[in-house]
Amino acid sequence: MKATVHVFLKPGVLDVQGKAVESALHGLGWTGVADVRFGRVIEFGIDETDPAAAKTEVTAMCDRLLANPVIESYRIEVA
Amino acid sequence: MKAAVVIFPGSNCDRDCKVAIERSTGGSVRMIWHQETAIPDGLDLIVLPGGFAHGDYLRCGAMASLSPVMAAIRAAAGRGVAVAGICNGFQILCEAGMLPGALLRNVALKYVCKPVALDVVNSQTRFTAAFGDRRHATMPVGNGEGAYFAEEDTLDRLEGDGRVAFRYRQNPNGSARDIAGILSEGGNVLGIMPHPDRAFEAELGSSDGGLIFQSVMASA
Repeated sequence: MKATVHVFLKPGVLDVQGKAVESALHGLGWTGVADVRFGRVIEFGIDETDPAAAKTEVTAMCDRLLANPVIESYRIEVA
Repeated sequence: MKAAVVIFPGSNCDRDCKVAIERSTGGSVRMIWHQETAIPDGLDLIVLPGGFAHGDYLRCGAMASLSPVMAAIRAAAGRGVAVAGICNGFQILCEAGMLPGALLRNVALKYVCKPVALDVVNSQTRFTAAFGDRRHATMPVGNGEGAYFAEEDTLDRLEGDGRVAFRYRQNPNGSARDIAGILSEGGNVLGIMPHPDRAFEAELGSSDGGLIFQSVMASA
């Protein structure tokens, strides 16, 4: 199966990259843009056939390494 | 004093730390490769140096916090051995869960490299006792992800328990509550973003960093 993990800074943690890009978009005239957030996407294959089992494994990977729970939250897709 | 400095792939202040400790304390310094699973007995101080361990990939310090040597360092810290993480070393200690919080991208999105003025917030610690009545210090910072972050209740607890060791007088990177250096609950693990290893002789602009190593030596 293929896993996709989206990692973002938690709400309340200042995303300075997001702020910088947001102000650049405003400068280009897209003044309605708000709440730009930067994150990372991690994709990998996983040797599992059961989506629930795969998600459990990937959750453990996120908690151990792929995300830092102090500052980040994550969302997992398996397909 | 017996000290050790850990070398991760991408560390770049490991030699600086060795020389700083040797010259400021006269102690002996062993270098430990991060793949080692055992560390020498009888160490008084273990330093995790600055740099870009594992290329700072994923998050600063994330991969280094899982290096084989870290289990031995965690165990040594549990026995009360002094452990200091400087800059990237601070990031590693946070990622390893040996210190609370995390270091975020600097607020101005810039790498900041300059001497900074610090308040010595608590001089009754194993890392600061040699400052005595002095309440100020100068050391260089060199970081792009040096903005200390922790939840408000964690920050309150750090301040209430005297675990903020150093504060910036003029915050260079957006650190929460101007925090530049913190201590573990047991007081034997220090994380500091400025570089004491770049300030151990007057010729370097400041010898204040040497006082940190001398404090540890005096407590050994």
